[in-house]
Amino acid sequence: MLAYILRRLILALITVIAISILSFVIIQLPPGDFITSYIASMSAGGGTVSEAEVEALREQYGLDQPITVQYLKWVSQIVQGNFGMALEWNRPVKDVIGDRLTLTVIISLAAVIFTWAVALPIGIYSAVKRYSIGDYIFTFIGFIGLAIPGFMLALIVLYVGFRYFNANVGGLFSPEYAEAPWSWAKFQDLLAHLPIPAVVLGLSGTAQMIRIMRSNLLDELRKPYVMTARARGLTEMRVILKYPVRVAMNPFISTIGYLLPYIVSGSIIVSLVLSLPTVGPLLLKALIAQDMFLAGTIILLLGVMTVIGTFISDLLLMWVDPRIRLERR
Amino acid sequence: MNDQRTPLLSVRDLKTYFFQDEGTVKAVDGASFDVARGQTLGIVGESGCGKSVTARSILRIVEAPGRIVGGQILWYDAKGQPTDLTQLDPDGHQMRSLRGREIGLIFQEPMTSFSPVHTVGNQIIEAIRLHMGVSKAEARRRAIEALRQVGIPQPERRIDDYAFQLSGGLRQRAMIAVALSCDPRLLIADEPTTALDVTTQAQILDLLRELQQQRGMAIMLITHNLGVVAEMCDDVVVMYLGRVVEVGSVDAIFHQAKHPYTRALLRSIPAITTPPRVKLHTITGSIPHPYNRPSGCPFHPRCPERLRGLCEVAEPALRAVGNGQSVSCFLYENRA
Amino acid sequence: MAEPEQDLKPHATPSSSQGEGWGEGDFLDEDVTTTEAEERISVATAGQLMWWRFRKHRLAMVSAVVLIIFYLVVIFAPFLAYVDPELSEAQRSLMPPQPVHLFREGRFEPHVYAVKGARDPKTFKRVYVTDPNTVIPLRFFVKGFPYKLLGVIPSDIHLLGVEGVPVEEALFILGTDLNGRDLWSRLMFATQMSLTIGLAAVAISLFLGVLLGGISGYFSGTVDTLIQRVIEILRSLPTIPLWMGLAAALPGSWPVQRVYLAITIIISLLGWTELARVVRGRFLTLREEDFITAAELAGCSRMRIIFRHMVPSFLSHIIAATTLAIPAMIISETSLSFLGLGLRPPAISWGVLLEQAQNIQALAISPWLLLPAIPVILAVLAFNFVGDGLRDAADPYG
Ligand SMILES: Nc1ncnc2c1ncn2[C@@H]1O[C@H](COP(=O)(O)OP(=O)(O)OP(=O)(O)O)[C@@H](O)[C@H]1O
Ligand SMILES: [Mg+2]
Repeated sequence: MLAYILRRLILALITVIAISILSFVIIQLPPGDFITSYIASMSAGGGTVSEAEVEALREQYGLDQPITVQYLKWVSQIVQGNFGMALEWNRPVKDVIGDRLTLTVIISLAAVIFTWAVALPIGIYSAVKRYSIGDYIFTFIGFIGLAIPGFMLALIVLYVGFRYFNANVGGLFSPEYAEAPWSWAKFQDLLAHLPIPAVVLGLSGTAQMIRIMRSNLLDELRKPYVMTARARGLTEMRVILKYPVRVAMNPFISTIGYLLPYIVSGSIIVSLVLSLPTVGPLLLKALIAQDMFLAGTIILLLGVMTVIGTFISDLLLMWVDPRIRLERR
Repeated sequence: MNDQRTPLLSVRDLKTYFFQDEGTVKAVDGASFDVARGQTLGIVGESGCGKSVTARSILRIVEAPGRIVGGQILWYDAKGQPTDLTQLDPDGHQMRSLRGREIGLIFQEPMTSFSPVHTVGNQIIEAIRLHMGVSKAEARRRAIEALRQVGIPQPERRIDDYAFQLSGGLRQRAMIAVALSCDPRLLIADEPTTALDVTTQAQILDLLRELQQQRGMAIMLITHNLGVVAEMCDDVVVMYLGRVVEVGSVDAIFHQAKHPYTRALLRSIPAITTPPRVKLHTITGSIPHPYNRPSGCPFHPRCPERLRGLCEVAEPALRAVGNGQSVSCFLYENRA
Repeated sequence: MAEPEQDLKPHATPSSSQGEGWGEGDFLDEDVTTTEAEERISVATAGQLMWWRFRKHRLAMVSAVVLIIFYLVVIFAPFLAYVDPELSEAQRSLMPPQPVHLFREGRFEPHVYAVKGARDPKTFKRVYVTDPNTVIPLRFFVKGFPYKLLGVIPSDIHLLGVEGVPVEEALFILGTDLNGRDLWSRLMFATQMSLTIGLAAVAISLFLGVLLGGISGYFSGTVDTLIQRVIEILRSLPTIPLWMGLAAALPGSWPVQRVYLAITIIISLLGWTELARVVRGRFLTLREEDFITAAELAGCSRMRIIFRHMVPSFLSHIIAATTLAIPAMIISETSLSFLGLGLRPPAISWGVLLEQAQNIQALAISPWLLLPAIPVILAVLAFNFVGDGLRDAADPYG
């Protein structure tokens, strides 16, 4: 069990390192170092940067040193919680991102919950009633869900909401709460706005999860232990829910490792269309303004967030699956 | 069969087919035999001849696309009243109260016969509570007792183990404990020892025999192993391609086998007297494709004694040839 | 147990040599009768078997037809377009789709009505009014703007045209965009771009997947573990932000072709993992089978088995996986271009077209800008169904 946790932890760490390298590459990609672009954008905005300030920054990030040193300095800054400055805002990246990252987490979580809550019962139904009309209908709807990219679904929802309900379905808060400090009322307002983004974000993942649950369960239904459970005289319903469903749940839970990156990815682009105050619009703005430092940091944080989510799901899996919990490998 | 022995289960002309896109698999195609009270019936035959499907048909747990399409399965209750199981709703109360309560089932693979995410105890207690209507604590006590009876050491601790924590032999013992936890009158054992090593096999068979003597239950023993049959069974049913080709007492089958298929099976066992490095006998040809059964006697394409012009066209019926033995073969039609 | 035992299972060895221990009463050594159907199945190659199974998959067959139509559009895009897709005219901005009438006075004579633009005196918005008195007949196979089919065959014949007036002033089957460019004609070219970029990206992915998956499956051991870890890590990354970052780093001064190439590579770089997984899995089973056949069969019959049955089955799995990978590539390109980070004008792709439908204001006034969503959804669905059908056909039990 400990070995399992350790293995997962090491993999998570390696993944984080990989992400940090990729983010750093992205920061480095545009011509010139980012201090140059920092100065350029500062002066474009009418501000000035003193020689001394520039020198201090170059020193801090080791820009005159080899690329590996630069990377290490950057990482050590980040580990100390110093994410640097956001050029366009001229504020620390940490302040710019803060709330938006929390909201990204909340929206992604809501989408995961929606995905599971829908995919689980439908997947079970489709497997147990294989080749029934219901199975075909769900499979077909699932395929359509899979075929509509998130942003397109968001556009359609937006259009339908506007056209037929005369309502703007975008946003996460009503106008009166948008800038307000956190309060119970603001939280309730958030909950009221969550379903639409969660559904839009979760739909194509749901389609995939239905197919995964269906095929997992079909595999399990063929196993002898289902037959022996039947032979004990349980009702068919009880047999299926207690045994194969329970077993098929485990690989289902472990797919969160792929579901989460997918949803976080989707949240970026869906947020743009539905104007959700997540890191998505911020990332796009930063990229278009070529503020690679902010963009790189956002990409890194998104990646780390995903890795943490996956690691938590690994622990969850260990908790529900005695084979992992008890086997010493 | 012997008239004095009262039947417990009587299978009459059972037909179970699997309806697939590619064609219909006639897994069991007119099988008939009886299981007498307290006796052991062996069922032998090549792989794929329908032994397991027969067992599942009796319990009414044949999975889609399989269906019982004909015949009767008569179950005699304690008063000797028959019920035709094929007429019951497979998920209905009556059928379910037979399953696990009156008829227990053991499978070939003890590993996969237990749920990998539930403890062994959970699965025994479930059966006991379902059929005996006792409290949780009482069910647990009985489950521990059941595990003790099948010779599992430290049952109080083992009851909370998962199947993958037990060795193969213990697992199969636990499986027997589940099957026998409600004191059934018939135990169906589908190749109970195939996955075990030879010593463990012998122990499990001894255990079965012992439990049978204590409880007076009947056993339907499905096996590939003629040695096991000789040791355990009172009567033997030989199946080929979903049909019963020969039935008789162990003595009759082993010493006066009538059907060419049975004789071929017996010849394929190496005797202790067989000299080493001599090629064992094999049956010519292979089992026909399940979608395309031969016409007439299903064994005729492989039969050395087939009667040309007869065996390819007509199906022989199962006929008594005396001494409690029956055979389905034209070689014995006129003698019957 | 006292008796020695013998399983009944391994009986099926058809042996032609009459060994020693055969006593009297041997069975006749005659061939087992096989029916014709069985014969047909047993001699069919893996490819034929796959085709038979695929044919049974009705949805996949329909989708295959849809895909064929799509790729016909790819080939004949300039022929199907009737206006130069770049031709813009502020006077024709945001015209709604125009109904095409098929019959006039009971006779088949496709025509449209003339549309006049005017400015609403109060709101200063452009409004378009249909003039039912001016009938413009449609003509087929007419001369129009010159183009080169497949980049080589010069031509100026187009499927559609009108009589009497310049076509760009009269025909707006799907309306126009903000710059007054004809949406139908642009859609034809966008289809060409989006569907070829999908194929190109999948080709690169396939190369990477087969190479790395093959290495992984062939060598096993440390190399295998390493590649598997890399795949695992890549799969646990949120891809869209990474794509966005990489795509945004492309210099804005690059010409269309180079951006196209770069975007293709970016998309395929993160998309090869699934293909590598499939290739590796197949490789492992292939090795296994190879081993068994080698043990069972001798000489040339073994080569025959490998080439007639194993290689095709290997290939069919790869083809199925590749088909299933294409939709993801299409969606990626569309999403990136939609954000303005992928292909940039003057390139035309589905995503570029959809970029104009980005905000609710535009959408509310001119919902037809959302029309390019339909071919995206159709193509993705069709690829999915065909891929599914192929996979089922390649491996009915997997
Ligand atoms: N679920 C199923 N779907 C389709 N065909 C099946 C199914 N289960 C069994 N069959 C077919 O029924 C026939 C008999 O199978 P069965 O499992 O009863 O054989 P068996 O005698 O128990 O063989 P073995 O000794 O290998 O266990 C086989 O041809 C098998 O292919
Ligand atoms: Mg069996």
